[in-house]
Amino acid sequence: MPKRTDLARILLLGSGPIVIGQAAEFDYSGTQAVKALKEEGYTVILVNSNPATIMTDPELADRTYIEPVTPDWVRKVIEREKPDALLPTMGGQTALNVAMALANDGTLKKHKVELIGANARAIRMAEDRAEFSAAMKRIGLATPAGRTVTSVAAALEVVQDLGYPAIIRPSYTLGGTGGGVAYNRAEFEELVERALELSPVHSTLIEHSVLGWKEFELEVMRDRRDNVVIVCSIENLDPMGVHTGDSITVAPAMTLTDREYQRMRDAAIAIIREIGVEAGGCNIQFAVNPADGEMLVIEMNPRVSRSSALASKATGFPIARIGTKLAVGYTLDELPNDITRTTPASFEPVLDYVVVKVPRFAFEKFPTADYRLTTQMKSVGEAMAIGRTFKEAFQKGLRALEIGRPGWVLGATPADDRLTSTSPDDLRVALRTATPERIFQIKRAFLAGLTVDDIAHASDIDPWFLYQLEELVAAERWFSALATVGRAELKQMKRLGFSDRQLAALRNTTESAIRDQRWSLGIHPAYKTVDTCAGEFPSTTPYLYSSYDEENESEPFGEQGIVILGSGPNRIGQGVEFDYCCVRAGLAFRELGFKTIMINSNPETVSTDFDISDKLYFEPLTFEDVLEITRWERPKGVVVQLGGQTPLQLTKPLDAAGVTVLGTSPDAIDIAEDRERFEALADKLGVTQPPNGIARSVEEAVAVAQRIGYPVLVRPSYVLGGRAMEIVYDDDSLRDYFVKAARVAPEHPVLIDRFLEDAFEADVDAIADGTRCVIGGVMQHIEDAGVHSGDSACVLPPYLIGDRQVEEMRRHTQAFARALNVIGLMNVQYAIKNGVVYVLEVNPRASRTVPFVSKATGVPLAKLAAAVISGRTLDDLGLPDELPVAGVAVKEAVFPFTKLPGVDTVLGPEMRSTGEAMGLADSFGMAFAKAQIAAEGSLPLAGTIFVTVNDHDKPTVLPIARRFHELGFRILATEGTERYLRGRGVPAERVLKVHEGRPNAIDLIVSGEVQLLINTPLGKFTQADDYAIRRAALVHRVPYTTTMSAASAACDAIIALRSRTGSVRSLQEWHERANGEKSTTGGQIAAANA
Amino acid sequence: MTAPMIGNYGINPEDVESDRPRVAGVVVRELSRTPSNWRATGTLLDWLAGAAVPLVADVDTRQLTRYIRSRGAMRGVLAPGEKPTDAIKAALAASPSMNGLDLASVATIPTAYTEGPSDAGHHVVAFDFGMKRNILRLFVQQGCRVTVVPAATTADHVRALKPDGVFLSNGPGDPAAVGYAIDTIRKLADGNVPIFGICLGHQLLGLAMGGETVKLPYGHRGGNHPVRDLATGQVLITSQNHGFAVRGETPGVPGAKSLEVTHLNLNDGTVEGIKHREYPIFAVQYHPEASPGPHDAQGHFQQFLQALDAK
Repeated sequence: MPKRTDLARILLLGSGPIVIGQAAEFDYSGTQAVKALKEEGYTVILVNSNPATIMTDPELADRTYIEPVTPDWVRKVIEREKPDALLPTMGGQTALNVAMALANDGTLKKHKVELIGANARAIRMAEDRAEFSAAMKRIGLATPAGRTVTSVAAALEVVQDLGYPAIIRPSYTLGGTGGGVAYNRAEFEELVERALELSPVHSTLIEHSVLGWKEFELEVMRDRRDNVVIVCSIENLDPMGVHTGDSITVAPAMTLTDREYQRMRDAAIAIIREIGVEAGGCNIQFAVNPADGEMLVIEMNPRVSRSSALASKATGFPIARIGTKLAVGYTLDELPNDITRTTPASFEPVLDYVVVKVPRFAFEKFPTADYRLTTQMKSVGEAMAIGRTFKEAFQKGLRALEIGRPGWVLGATPADDRLTSTSPDDLRVALRTATPERIFQIKRAFLAGLTVDDIAHASDIDPWFLYQLEELVAAERWFSALATVGRAELKQMKRLGFSDRQLAALRNTTESAIRDQRWSLGIHPAYKTVDTCAGEFPSTTPYLYSSYDEENESEPFGEQGIVILGSGPNRIGQGVEFDYCCVRAGLAFRELGFKTIMINSNPETVSTDFDISDKLYFEPLTFEDVLEITRWERPKGVVVQLGGQTPLQLTKPLDAAGVTVLGTSPDAIDIAEDRERFEALADKLGVTQPPNGIARSVEEAVAVAQRIGYPVLVRPSYVLGGRAMEIVYDDDSLRDYFVKAARVAPEHPVLIDRFLEDAFEADVDAIADGTRCVIGGVMQHIEDAGVHSGDSACVLPPYLIGDRQVEEMRRHTQAFARALNVIGLMNVQYAIKNGVVYVLEVNPRASRTVPFVSKATGVPLAKLAAAVISGRTLDDLGLPDELPVAGVAVKEAVFPFTKLPGVDTVLGPEMRSTGEAMGLADSFGMAFAKAQIAAEGSLPLAGTIFVTVNDHDKPTVLPIARRFHELGFRILATEGTERYLRGRGVPAERVLKVHEGRPNAIDLIVSGEVQLLINTPLGKFTQADDYAIRRAALVHRVPYTTTMSAASAACDAIIALRSRTGSVRSLQEWHERANGEKSTTGGQIAAANA
Repeated sequence: MTAPMIGNYGINPEDVESDRPRVAGVVVRELSRTPSNWRATGTLLDWLAGAAVPLVADVDTRQLTRYIRSRGAMRGVLAPGEKPTDAIKAALAASPSMNGLDLASVATIPTAYTEGPSDAGHHVVAFDFGMKRNILRLFVQQGCRVTVVPAATTADHVRALKPDGVFLSNGPGDPAAVGYAIDTIRKLADGNVPIFGICLGHQLLGLAMGGETVKLPYGHRGGNHPVRDLATGQVLITSQNHGFAVRGETPGVPGAKSLEVTHLNLNDGTVEGIKHREYPIFAVQYHPEASPGPHDAQGHFQQFLQALDAK
């Protein structure tokens, strides 16, 4: 059936800010969807509040709305744009839930908007646990015993029949949020309460546990003619009980016999038909009892998911793209397989390689969080690796993770592997609990003499995987005991996926010595193609991976080629925004006539889509892996400035190895990164820095701190996202820092800066061509200094910084650009205190805020950077000195606190946000309101605020409280705050602190009497109280703020929301308006875009 | 094997489709020596060794696949050593080419036998050109009595068995070389008895009705071939293992006016199914009986049984 011609305008929903469980994979699927719809000539209207995404690039959709993905705001877009259809399956659970809400409240019907891709009935049947179980029963399939409940009492009744451990799965939440495993009644009650709270429909499934069973997933597609294909099978190495997002997973399934697989396949086909997904994809999870093969259906997602992104990358079958085409009426046989281009999409991909995905966690940033892995997802990113064997892919996957381990390598100490002892008995106990380090504990277990059976028994991991791992341990033993290493031995180890660094450690030599020997023996990886058909048909798409196998299928590009290094697995501090830069610049290089070569290991991203570059190497971003590719490709050069810290760290070794680094020179990058060289430069340019020093021992650190004066900001050098960065107020805390947070040693220096209390901070993004430097935007942080720039809300243009300081920052930035001879992107961070501008750091690379600035101004900085890097000047591009901004743009950070029980929500210098939302409006208040709603879901327009702040903040909170009072809010406060406010004429009512008796502050939060919490840490004695209050607000979804500036901004936002209903406007209109206002520069920018 | 990890789940007697391994040798990228599956009773290597079937591991089987794909199906030799010796080259030269090779007479059974209850609703005579065990299993499951006969059984002999329907099985080799079976099928295809063919049976039917068969450049092998049913427009994912095909396209089979093309392969457009324009006679090139699967095309068995009911 051809595409539908009765539809013209299609609304697509994105997934909003990146959170745990809903990340860059939906930028990938959404971007594919936009492209697929545009190709077919539809007008695409997109709503997504996440500015870091590629899909919100204004050149993609026809109308791009950076507005909150909530029913209220999407309704406004529908009223304005009058779409014919809504495609709800590309934006994760968020988009699906919003679409369902708009279906249920009659909006879609009223505006004659048809749901395409999945209908409301199918979504309901898949998402509602009771309906789903009934559907499975109808087609003769089993689900784990369980019942949906809406109260703790009912849950307790259910669990009496099911027994412990019991699984709690809240309805309609993403990434298993609020779910868990309860082993006893106390745990059970707590988890059920939380699950009911977090479920938007206040219901949860209580399910019989099949912990320890094998877990599989199938990705299935169906078209309007009822053709069904299975795109991919995925096996979880970690058994049931660990969320699939947190499991190491393998594709294709490794331990199913063909008969078992076919049974699962038949079941999957029956399920997609019964649920009634009419045109699109779904993901189905199965549990298999390892003892007798009994198979249960766990769940089905009637939309693209993280697993479908993984499956797309694992097979080369673009699920989101094909799913979109099916949604507008095509059938599978009408669509080409984009990789072979000669065969149709109605086929099942076959793999002649093994794919391993490894999750990346961020517990180092949340030391108090519960690190045990359960049914609620906790990982923040993932790396994928492809090899010809499981062992090769597994080791590549671990080194692609960029956690300092060049493969399956033990931590330096047992503690690094989360162990207190390595005795066999203790190991056996440790292996029972799934943690991010369990995979390394397994290696320790083998070394301690445990057998495959022992480990399988303790961990429930299928023995097949353990045999594979045992072979790696045996190979290490063999290799390290060899008298001499020759060609055969080295090749054998490389075929098992060992990196040169691993081999060097085994032979007690250096990585470069191993590489020299290997190169002299002519041992290099071969590059194989991912072709969907295991070589059966010729394929034209160069999607490649390395393997130490025989035939190399990659034709080098030579001088025409430009290598772009991606940013690896998403982590806090390095996420989709860098992928945006890589993709945007990559496309620009292509337009400039270069052949682009992308290297990345992140399956969630657009950059690893095979049609973004001329060649894609799905490889770890380590020096060894990158060097082998540049050796083979002999490219014009490598671009390191787009992918964040990951590629930047490779600059020095690549430069030393003779690889050309394009853009800003490696030496300039070093000046910016090296504290002492940078200080000399700042002095020379006459730019003030906060007093600072560098220390290589604890004593030296104390001396530096005393010299420059407390409080000081202390952090290890060469880090991203403020890892282990702290503000320290005295000698004792400083010493304590080195015990708890970071090592200091001659080779690991720490940086110590005077912390500028109560300063404003600002970020400046700029682009330079070696001669000229154009300021992309000056962003003022809303949170005070001391909150990491990635965690602070920010506003463009600045709203509280004087023109003189803004001018000074622009001047400094241009001076740095000239002095460093920056060619491409740069970012400078400043602090302003008492009218003095201090430079905090200069980053001669793309920053986190590049996509935000680009969307606020309409000037595609990353795209222009590609032009500059390839030799064009800013004058050639016609870029004016002033970039226009229409209206006010606010960026708000989004935090993973609800997913990580045990974590305090107070912000600090260590970055902890996973994503961001943007608000665009005519006024600061409305822009902040939109950003806030997009990030948090709501802001109260009336009701009660609860204020409890430390003495330092009392004078600042007074005017804020007064404004809330004038707005008609009731004000509650704890004793000190209450006295302060009342004494100054703001009527506040006293609330008991937790230790003062009941009913106390927490009781009020729990019972829903508080609509907004303003809290700053009160000091050591009430720490526990404070913490409990903030957690209570978090769990009970009460909006809260922990800084005064954010509280004030929230007040502005509430005023804006109350005075008028917010209006929506597309990015294209904003940019047109900006250009219209400054018509002279507008024309030039249009020329630059052309 | 293009799948690089082989032997992961070992071997179990329940899944075996033939009395012994029927391949001359196995080439894999990596052999798993320690299988894991609750039904596994042994390793792949031991099972092959028991039947004296050689296995070569650590071969770049993707390279091998691409080599065959670009040069067409070819004969090969498995031998130890780094380079071919004269003896190996001689053995290769001496091995027969598939073209013109009647392998059905080798793969068939020496004497007829019957399975299924004597009071079954239908009696099917099945020509065994190298029949897969699951075909028999499916007929019996559907309530048929099946008399399995050798490839060279004559039409008169078949008629004497008074079948309700005739089945033409899969099998190896060049269909054009099995002239005796082609003659027999032509005689049986007079409309008196429904006929259903699979794979080689499909090709033999095409030849019997006047069509031609051609050798495919590198055959169809694997469990993921998309086939379009021209009547419904639906796509079936099918299991295939054949090197020859009936020549034809949507309008029909050249030389065989009585035949209509019912199914086409979506990858290369070759004929995947034919049926007689008047009589209840049809055949498919792929394996609807595929065991373990896929099972998308199992409906053909019902289609045949309906033809028997209608008779």
